[in-house]
Amino acid sequence: MPLALDIARAHLLGRRRQSLVAILGVTLGVAFFIAMSAMMHGFQNYFRTQIVDSNPHIMITDEIRRPARQPLALLHPEAAVSVARVLPRDPVRGIANAGAILDALGRMRGLAAAPTLRGQLILRRAGRDYAVAALGIDPVLEARVTQLAGNLVAGSLDALTRQSNGVIIGRALAAKMGAGLGDTITGVATTGASAALRVVGLFSTGIETQDLGQVYLQLAREQALENRPLVVNEIDIRLDDITRSVAMAKEIEGRFGFKAAPWEETYSRILAVFLLQNIIMTTVTGAILVVAGFGIFNVISTVVLEKARDIAIMRSIGLSRRVIVRIFVIEGALVGSVGTMLGWLVAMAMAAGIARIPAPGATDPNETMRVAQSLDLYVVASLIAMAAAVGAAWLPARRAARTDPLAVIRGAT
Amino acid sequence: MIAAIAARGLSRILPGPVPTVLVEEIDLDFAPGSFTAITGPSGSGKSSLLYLLGLLDRPSAGEVLVEGAPTSQLDDDTRGDLRLERFGFVFQFHFLLPEFSVLDNVMLPMRELGQLSSAEMRARGEELLASLDMAEMARKLPGQLSGGQRQRTAIARALANDPRFILADEPTGALDTRNGRAVFAILRRLAEEGRTVIVVTHDEALAALTDRRIQLIDGRLAADARLQER
Repeated sequence: MPLALDIARAHLLGRRRQSLVAILGVTLGVAFFIAMSAMMHGFQNYFRTQIVDSNPHIMITDEIRRPARQPLALLHPEAAVSVARVLPRDPVRGIANAGAILDALGRMRGLAAAPTLRGQLILRRAGRDYAVAALGIDPVLEARVTQLAGNLVAGSLDALTRQSNGVIIGRALAAKMGAGLGDTITGVATTGASAALRVVGLFSTGIETQDLGQVYLQLAREQALENRPLVVNEIDIRLDDITRSVAMAKEIEGRFGFKAAPWEETYSRILAVFLLQNIIMTTVTGAILVVAGFGIFNVISTVVLEKARDIAIMRSIGLSRRVIVRIFVIEGALVGSVGTMLGWLVAMAMAAGIARIPAPGATDPNETMRVAQSLDLYVVASLIAMAAAVGAAWLPARRAARTDPLAVIRGAT
Repeated sequence: MIAAIAARGLSRILPGPVPTVLVEEIDLDFAPGSFTAITGPSGSGKSSLLYLLGLLDRPSAGEVLVEGAPTSQLDDDTRGDLRLERFGFVFQFHFLLPEFSVLDNVMLPMRELGQLSSAEMRARGEELLASLDMAEMARKLPGQLSGGQRQRTAIARALANDPRFILADEPTGALDTRNGRAVFAILRRLAEEGRTVIVVTHDEALAALTDRRIQLIDGRLAADARLQER
C-alpha cells in the first residue's frame, strides 16, 4: 500500500467516531441527491411522456407568426413603417388549402399528419353544462398521430368512425357528468347549433385538463356544429424521431406559412417549471453535500492539529510537502468514496421505498410514485460528493504541508 | 580530506523588532566517521546549530557544505531528498507515529525513498531492530514501549536509509542514566561503523564519551576540544 494511503487510513481509523460521522454526512448527501432527483425525474419523465404520447409532436394552426409585408411598407421600403394588428383577409378562419398541405405532409418521410377542427362546445347533461374543447378528428388518421386509441379505457376509435354523432370523452369528465358508454349527451356549439351525441369511448391521459376539458368528435360533425364546412384549423403531426421536432416544425412553417409549433414550444411553460424544479432540487440536495464537506473539513482539520508532531517528523525525515498534502487529500477522498458508495446503497433503498408510496391525487388507486434512477444520477452525485470531499480536505492539507517542522520540534523540546 | 559536513561563517538570526541571534559566525568541519558532542548552556544555540547542519533550517548568513557541496541555494524538495538519503535524525522526543507498529515506523523512511522492495524493507527493518535489541518489539505499537525502547526505535528509523550522518538532539533528555548511556553506546557504535555522528547534549558526562566536544555560548563557538582519538 502506498505510504500516503497507509498513513491516511491510519489517521481515519484513529478517529473512528468522527470519521464515521463525516462518512455518514456524505452518505446522506449522496442518498438524498439520488433519491430526490430520481423521484423528480420519474414524475417529470412520466409527465413528459404523457404530453408527448397524448399530443401531437408538431401542431400546425391557422395562425401566422409574421404577417406578410403590408403595401405601405413595400411602398416605402426606407421608411420606418409599423403596421400593427394585421388581420387575415380570409373571413373564414382556418388553414387554407389544408387538403393540399396534408397531401404534401403525407409525402414527407418520418411523419404522420391528421386534420383537426378545434372549437368550443357546451355539453349538457342532467340540467348541468360543461364547457369543453371539442376536437373534430378523422379517427383513422388520428390513430396514427396521437395516443388517443391507447388512452381509451372504454370504447374504440372505430366506434367513432362508425357513429357520426359519436363522442369520446374523458373518464374523469364522464364520472363528473354521471355519464357512461352508450349514454347520450347534448352538445351545443358557440354557433347555437346542437346535436345529441352518443358516448362511444372514454379516455384517460392522467392530465386533468385533458381528461376533464377535451372531447373528440368526427371532423364532419364538428364542422357542422361550428358551421364551418370543410374547414380545418389545426393539423397534428407525429414524428418518428421526436428529437427532430424543432427542426421539422421550422421546416414545415417555412414551407406552408402557418405557425407550426413543436411540443417543446406548446408546453414551454411546463418545461420551464421542470427546469426550475431541477435547479431548486439540485441546489438543496447539493447543499447537503456541501454541509457534508464541512464535516470532512472538520475531521481533517482536527487530524492536522493533532498530528502536528507526526507531520513535523515526516517533514524532517525528508517527506516532501506534496506527500503531506497527498496524505490529507487521500483522507478526504477516502471519506468521500466510502460515503458515496454507502450513499448509493441507501439511495437504492430509498428509491425502492418511494416507488411503493401511492401517488397523491392519482385516479388509479394502485398508482405509485414514479422513480427514474439512472447511471447519470449516480455519476453526478458521486462527482459532486468527491469534489466536496477533496475540496474540503484540500485546505487543511495545505495548512499541514506548510507546517514548519522546526517550530513543532522546538516546541516539543 | 573533504569534511563530511562543514559550516562556513554560519549565522542564524531570527528577524523581528529585536533580532534574536541563535548562531553567529560558526566555522566547523566534521570529519567522516567522527563522533562529536555539541554542548553549552540552555539557549546557547546548540539545537539551532544542529538543525542548520542537518538542513532542517536555513542560515541567515554563511553556508553548510555537505560532503563539499554547498546547500544554501537548494530548494526545499532537494534539501528534503538530501535529508532522506544521507541524514538520520534522533530527537529528544521519539516522534514515532502512534498508529504504526515499531517495524512500520522504522520502514517509513525506506518507503518514502522507494529503493527497496517490500520484502527487503521488512528484512532491513527487522535487522536494524535486532541490532538494537528490539527484535521482539517489532509488532508492538509505540505506546506499548518504554522510553528507552522508543528512543531505540527512533534510532533504528534514523538508520533506515543507511545514512552517512546521524544528528541527534538531546537523545537522552527523556531517558534515565542507564538508558542514556545505552543510547550513547549505540551512537558510538554507529560512528565506529563510519558514520558521522553529531549529538547535542547538556550532559557533560555523556559528552565526555564522544571524540570531540564543541561548546557554544550565546550562539558563538566557545571551545572545540578533541577528547580522544580512535
